[in-house]
Amino acid sequence: MDLRLALIDTAWTLAGIVAIVVPLFVAVAYLTLWERKLIGWIQIRIGPNRVGPLGLLQPIADGVKLLFKEIILPTNASKGLFVLAPIMMLMPALAAWAVIPFAPELVLADINAGLLYVLALTSFGVYGVIIAGWASNSKYAFLGAMRSAAQMVSYELAMGFALVVVLMVSGSLNLSDIVAQQGRGRFADMGLTFLSWNWLPLLPMLVVYFVSGVAETNRAPFDVVEGESEIVAGHMIEYSGMSFALFFLAEYMNMILISALTAILFFGGWQAPVSSALFDAVPPFLWLLAKMFVIVSMFLWIRATFPRYRYDQIMRLGWKVFIPLTLVWIAVIGLWMQTPWSLWQ
Amino acid sequence: MPEIRNYTVNFGPQHPAAHGVLRLVLEMDGEVVQRADPHIGLLHRATEKLAESRTYLQSLPYMDRLDYISMMCSEHAYCMAVEKLAGIEVPIRAQYIRVMFDEITRILNHLFGVATLGLDLGAMTVFLYCFREREDLLDCYEAVSGARMHAAYYRPGGVYRDLPERMPQYEAQVSRNAKQLGEMNANRQGSLLDFIEDFTQRFPKCVDEYETLLTENRIWKQRTVGIGVVSPERALARGFTGPMLRGSGIAWDLRKKQPYEVYDKLDFDVVVGVNGDTYDRYLVRVEEMRQSNRIIKQCVDWLRKNPGPVISDSHKVAPPSREQMKSSMEELIHHFKLFTEGMHVPEGEAYAGVEGPKGEFGVYFISDGANKPYRMKLRSPAFTHLSAIDEMARGHMLADAVAVISTLDIVFGEIDR
Repeated sequence: MDLRLALIDTAWTLAGIVAIVVPLFVAVAYLTLWERKLIGWIQIRIGPNRVGPLGLLQPIADGVKLLFKEIILPTNASKGLFVLAPIMMLMPALAAWAVIPFAPELVLADINAGLLYVLALTSFGVYGVIIAGWASNSKYAFLGAMRSAAQMVSYELAMGFALVVVLMVSGSLNLSDIVAQQGRGRFADMGLTFLSWNWLPLLPMLVVYFVSGVAETNRAPFDVVEGESEIVAGHMIEYSGMSFALFFLAEYMNMILISALTAILFFGGWQAPVSSALFDAVPPFLWLLAKMFVIVSMFLWIRATFPRYRYDQIMRLGWKVFIPLTLVWIAVIGLWMQTPWSLWQ
Repeated sequence: MPEIRNYTVNFGPQHPAAHGVLRLVLEMDGEVVQRADPHIGLLHRATEKLAESRTYLQSLPYMDRLDYISMMCSEHAYCMAVEKLAGIEVPIRAQYIRVMFDEITRILNHLFGVATLGLDLGAMTVFLYCFREREDLLDCYEAVSGARMHAAYYRPGGVYRDLPERMPQYEAQVSRNAKQLGEMNANRQGSLLDFIEDFTQRFPKCVDEYETLLTENRIWKQRTVGIGVVSPERALARGFTGPMLRGSGIAWDLRKKQPYEVYDKLDFDVVVGVNGDTYDRYLVRVEEMRQSNRIIKQCVDWLRKNPGPVISDSHKVAPPSREQMKSSMEELIHHFKLFTEGMHVPEGEAYAGVEGPKGEFGVYFISDGANKPYRMKLRSPAFTHLSAIDEMARGHMLADAVAVISTLDIVFGEIDR
């Protein structure tokens, strides 16, 4: 009897995983198309429009192309590690989605240490980059790995501290609770839910978190790890075919993940911005999706606008600006919460 | 304990930021460049030697293929050297046309330079913005010579033909409806001069757009200020010319110092930098585009009012018109002789230099009186500038080495020749 229950339980979990992972892969595929389209429009181009109507089949064609390409193992590469690296990259990017609440009660694993779990898994991604850079036995890849080791670790700190502030005001590590907490407060009672979300009182932390997120995912202007015009593709330089595609998938999944987390931690997750009959009629899941879409488009907009930082300038920004700022803000919020004017009773 | 050594990186010849076929051997200590050693010769085509076995007219198209970003300026230096050697007078209208196209070429080149500097530093959008305007200017090339790149438009004695009365139009395609087509062709209804005038009117706004994206951008400044600094003394000692020299604060411009053609009749300013770093050179190039725009405007005004011949009427150096050739025996002989044997120039030596977009581009001839030069020597600015890369990149980081290569504004066609 117990065994049957356990089996049903496992089957449900597996179904849940499939229900997250499959749409996620589709989302990544179409994010690449959206990126090319949006950046194309910004750069007075059209973007892909040949494969299928409006270029809608382009990601499929790209995927098929990558699948059929040979995976080249460089002669002097460390074979085992070389194959392991892309898997190490993709695994945490997928696993982190387990705790993301898509709507009230709609979460694969509603664990109480959700935020810690996400932090732990996003930190894990750096190993993939380092191993890839090391195993390729190429100077460019090695430079990329060195850069990523320094960059991702330093921005993790700023990101972590920014999250500590969120943690303080919501009093929970459970992501569902963090969202629910943002729906309470003076403004929420007036129906203006969007004013009681974390973004307003924690605006500096939102900026720090989002910029760190961009750096964490190695996106422009922090893409020195890839540094196309300097070290060509950094850690990915020796990869081809599907092994390259895995890095690519992981990068875009991380982008979507950071967008989802930004929406959840600062923009009220699945909540409607204003509570009115019309807005409440929209399924909560769609609100989260809409917010993620806007934030992920910000990633692309930033990429199209800014030049690339230099490696040491990124370090300076991380250690000398963001970390002190977050530390001060932790103290400020801590004191604020002790005063009678605290927003978070 | 093992000895700690620096490692070398082969930067190029196949590298997105190598600007052609530069093989740069970098000796690195971590991310810091200890020594930059440029290896050249991968695009060597023996242009100087080839010229010795071809008539003066036949070598002219090679000039386009030297600096393939600023084609007509190289042609200009070549034609001026031949004219000096042979004592050919150039009609005034041809001089204005040459100056106008020199300045169009300068804008072409600086657009490319700013665009690739942006691209190398990760600013992708400015690259495509610049190429939008390049497209229009290349259309001018096409209208006047039929070729968008290797024009071969300047000839000893003038230019190949007068400016056309109509612009080439975009044609209908499946992906364009009639309205889009009309918009694309809107400024192409008149003559080439109308099109160029229209361009000069909208171009300053376009430059403002690039500057909005870059000039005050903090990341851009962090990446360019203080990178690849060249002091005025070193710039002179290194033989720098063009924006590389002016960026270091020395107001040297052949168009002002040794005015050729009609530059002394035109109103423009020499742009000078202060610090001699990548940022100042970027600003110099941007401002030079605005100055070139001024010059083009003046040329357009003059050319509208003053029709006239555009090539020398001496048929020893310039072909007769088709009409004359078909009706006169004398002209037929001229035509035949010119295109088979070519012109003979008197014995002697001549050097002519122009202020090309990258610096002084010069052509030096030794003639023994034959129909071919005895020796041709080219002075290309990028060759001189590239030799300073070690000095400029040493002690900077790898990412700055990319910026330095880009700010040198090198093109391998003229370095390897």
